[in-house]
Parts: sequence; structure tokens; C-alpha cells
Amino acid sequence: MSGRILPFGPSLATQAEPLPPPGGGGRGDATDRALTAADQERFRRLVLPHMDAAYSFARYLSRDASLAEDLVQDAFLRAFKGFAGFRGGDPKAWLFAIVRSSHLTWARSRGATLQAVPDEFEDTPAEGDTPEEALLRQGEVETVRGAIEALPEPFRETLVLRELEEMSYREIAEITQAPIGTVMSRLARARAMLLAALGAEAQETKP
Amino acid sequence: MSACPDKELLLHGLLDGELDAANVQAVEGHLKTCPGCAEAYRDLQALHARIAAPGIAYAAPESLRARLEAMAAPTPARPARIRTAAPWALSGVFAALAASLAVMVVQPTTLALQDQLVASHVRSTLAQHLVDVETSDRHTVKPWFNGKIDFAPPVVDLADQGFPLVGGRLDYLDNRVVAAEVFRRNKHVINLFVWPAKTSLLPAREAAPPAGYSVVHWRQGSLQFWAVSDVDPRDLEAFHQAFAKATHS
Repeated sequence: MSGRILPFGPSLATQAEPLPPPGGGGRGDATDRALTAADQERFRRLVLPHMDAAYSFARYLSRDASLAEDLVQDAFLRAFKGFAGFRGGDPKAWLFAIVRSSHLTWARSRGATLQAVPDEFEDTPAEGDTPEEALLRQGEVETVRGAIEALPEPFRETLVLRELEEMSYREIAEITQAPIGTVMSRLARARAMLLAALGAEAQETKP
Repeated sequence: MSACPDKELLLHGLLDGELDAANVQAVEGHLKTCPGCAEAYRDLQALHARIAAPGIAYAAPESLRARLEAMAAPTPARPARIRTAAPWALSGVFAALAASLAVMVVQPTTLALQDQLVASHVRSTLAQHLVDVETSDRHTVKPWFNGKIDFAPPVVDLADQGFPLVGGRLDYLDNRVVAAEVFRRNKHVINLFVWPAKTSLLPAREAAPPAGYSVVHWRQGSLQFWAVSDVDPRDLEAFHQAFAKATHS
């Protein structure tokens, strides 16, 4: 964890919510079983490739580079530990549900402990901002990212899962634990808000 | 003009491929006769194109990638790169120990770094993330680095020598942000990574880089340079000579 100070310990895993049911089945009864070499190989093949997507999702959820890094690391640790209980289904949706739950856990722990360590937290250096970020913060990319990040949370989350990750309404409903109808209306609201924001932006920047 | 209120969610469903065949037909038919809905649908399509464009999604930072890959690496983790240290401990020849230590300590870093360099090079060519500032004008690239990094890499355009400057980028290597200058050799890409040299950590000799890639390393003043490419090693050495000559004057 590269020495950053967060309001929770080095890993959220101990206080985190139980893992989401793998593949829609029941709670993984084998969750505590040690991973076999074959499990580990499956993890590398099925879960690891979603690292960029998981980071992007965490980044849009948290709107903070170093926090997103911590959330993804925590989620992968939990996914790795719980992978013995993963019995199929879509590994990406499973991983995203864990990322989301890590974020919720963080948000709650922050609500509970922020008063105790506000200064340390505010001073946390945004380590992830240096290489990948400084560069892309320009022009169109910055405009669109900024507009997405300005959306209120449930709309932002739904929009990112649909537009960036191309998940189906059903997958989004499972990850966000909302009825499909809610997913649809959030998506429509999110797009309307973005069109309003980006439409205005485009007109302002026209020569 | 706006979309019919009762059709709004259907427009989103059509865009997202969530409608069954009958509804697809119905909505598409409606779009042909209703200018308001047609306009709203075009707006949604345009918005989707802007959000799905490359660069809007974030990519995991290298430091995170390295940690997660190490976490999921087969156990035992990667085989240690120092072959064996045991004979030293047994022998009492301290001079030999001191001499070999210098090589043994340096080598693992160098090897790991070389892997990092080639990995960064490959990623830059795969991930549509070759350059952050795209120009052959060194007077644009050089100031672009200012303020983003705490050193000033020399930038030259070597088009005359067959290595046109493509642009610059920031990268993350050796646990720090480094400058990456991008050049071309015919259809090939040359990444030149530059960052301050640490005190005399120059490797005694190079291990072979991964097959198909060449790495050339040199120092100029207080900076170290690592040129990485899949061009012929002789071309890369020619690039090194041309760059060093052009920046030394």
C-alpha cells in the first residue's frame, strides 16, 4: 500500500462486507479454502484482465486517483481470497460488484472515522495523479471526464457501467443491486444531464 | 423539439440493444415519422460516441498493475534472479565478496528495469497511448515536459537522420515518473526514456532484452537515457549516436 494514510487499515478486507454471491449462486461455502494452483491460474486468466476496467470504474466511483488504486487493490485481494467460491457467471460483473462493495465500505468507514483523522486524509498525496493522469487532462478527454464526474453518484455509476463498460441492463442491475426499471431511468437521467452539460460546453468552446 | 415522453426509455433501449425484435421495429418505424424523437436519438448516439472514445476510461497505473500481478503470480513467486549467494558466505575472501557484490546487487535492478522498459514500450504501441503531446516540433515537446517532471530532458528532431520526432509522453518506470520521447524509424517506434541518473548505478553489462527488442543505454550529464525499440539493433545504436551528437552541441 505504498505508505499512504487512509482512514482504514492497510486492507479493508477484515471489515468488508461479505463477498457478493459468486455467479449468482449462494454464498460461497468454499470461500475460505486455500486456492489451488489451478484456481490461481483461472484467476489470472478470468479476473486479472479486468484490471483496467476495474480501476476505471473505481476511479469514476471515487473520483480520486490514489483512492481508486487502493479500492482496486483491496477488491482484487478480496476477489483472490474468495475465488475458490466463484462458480462461473461473468467474472467481470463479479469483480465489479466487489469493487463497488469496497467503495461502499470505504464511504462508510470514512463517515465513521473522518472526524478522527481529517488532516491526514486531506494531506494524502494523490500518487496516481502523476503519470497516467497529468497527461490526459486536456481538451475533449478532460471535458467528457469532468462532465461524467460531475454526475451525482447513482447516475454516474449507471452511466459508466453502460457507456464505458457496455454492460447490459441486467448486469448493471445486479452490480448496483437496483431493479432494472431503476437502472433504465437512472441511465436516461444521466444521459440527459450529460447532454445538457456537454452541449453547453461544446457551444462555449466554439470559436 | 423533443422526444415523445412515452418513447424516451425505448430510445435508450434501442441504443443499448436491449429491445426485442418487435420493439426494435416499432421504434425504428416511429423514428422515421417523428422528427423530435429522431433528433433525440441522434443526440444519444453522438453522446455515446463521445463517451466511448478512447481515453475516457482510465487505465490502471503501473504501480497498481505490478502489485496485482505480483499478488496473483504463481507461488512461489518469481524465481530469485540472484543465482546463489551461498559460496560467498563460506569463503573468507572478502575482497572477492566486495567485488562480486557490486555486480550482483546491480544486476537484478537492471534486469527488472529492462523488462519494465520493454513492457512500457510495448504498451505504448498497443494502447493508443503513444504520445500525450503529438508534434514533431521540439520547441513544443520540451516545454510540455516542464512542470510535469522535475528535470529537463533534451529534445531534438532527428528527421534528417531518419528518426523523426513524434511527440512526448510521461511514463512510470523505476518507481518514478520519467519522460518518454517518441521517435519513428520507418514504420517502427523508438521510445526514449529519460530520467535523472542515480549515482553510479550503471550496470556492468547488459543482459539480453526479450527477443525481438533492443535496448540501448547511455548517460549524458546528470541524465540517463534508455532507447527501446523493435528496430534492428544497429539502427538503435545509430539513433543513440545521432541523438547524443545533436544534444551535445
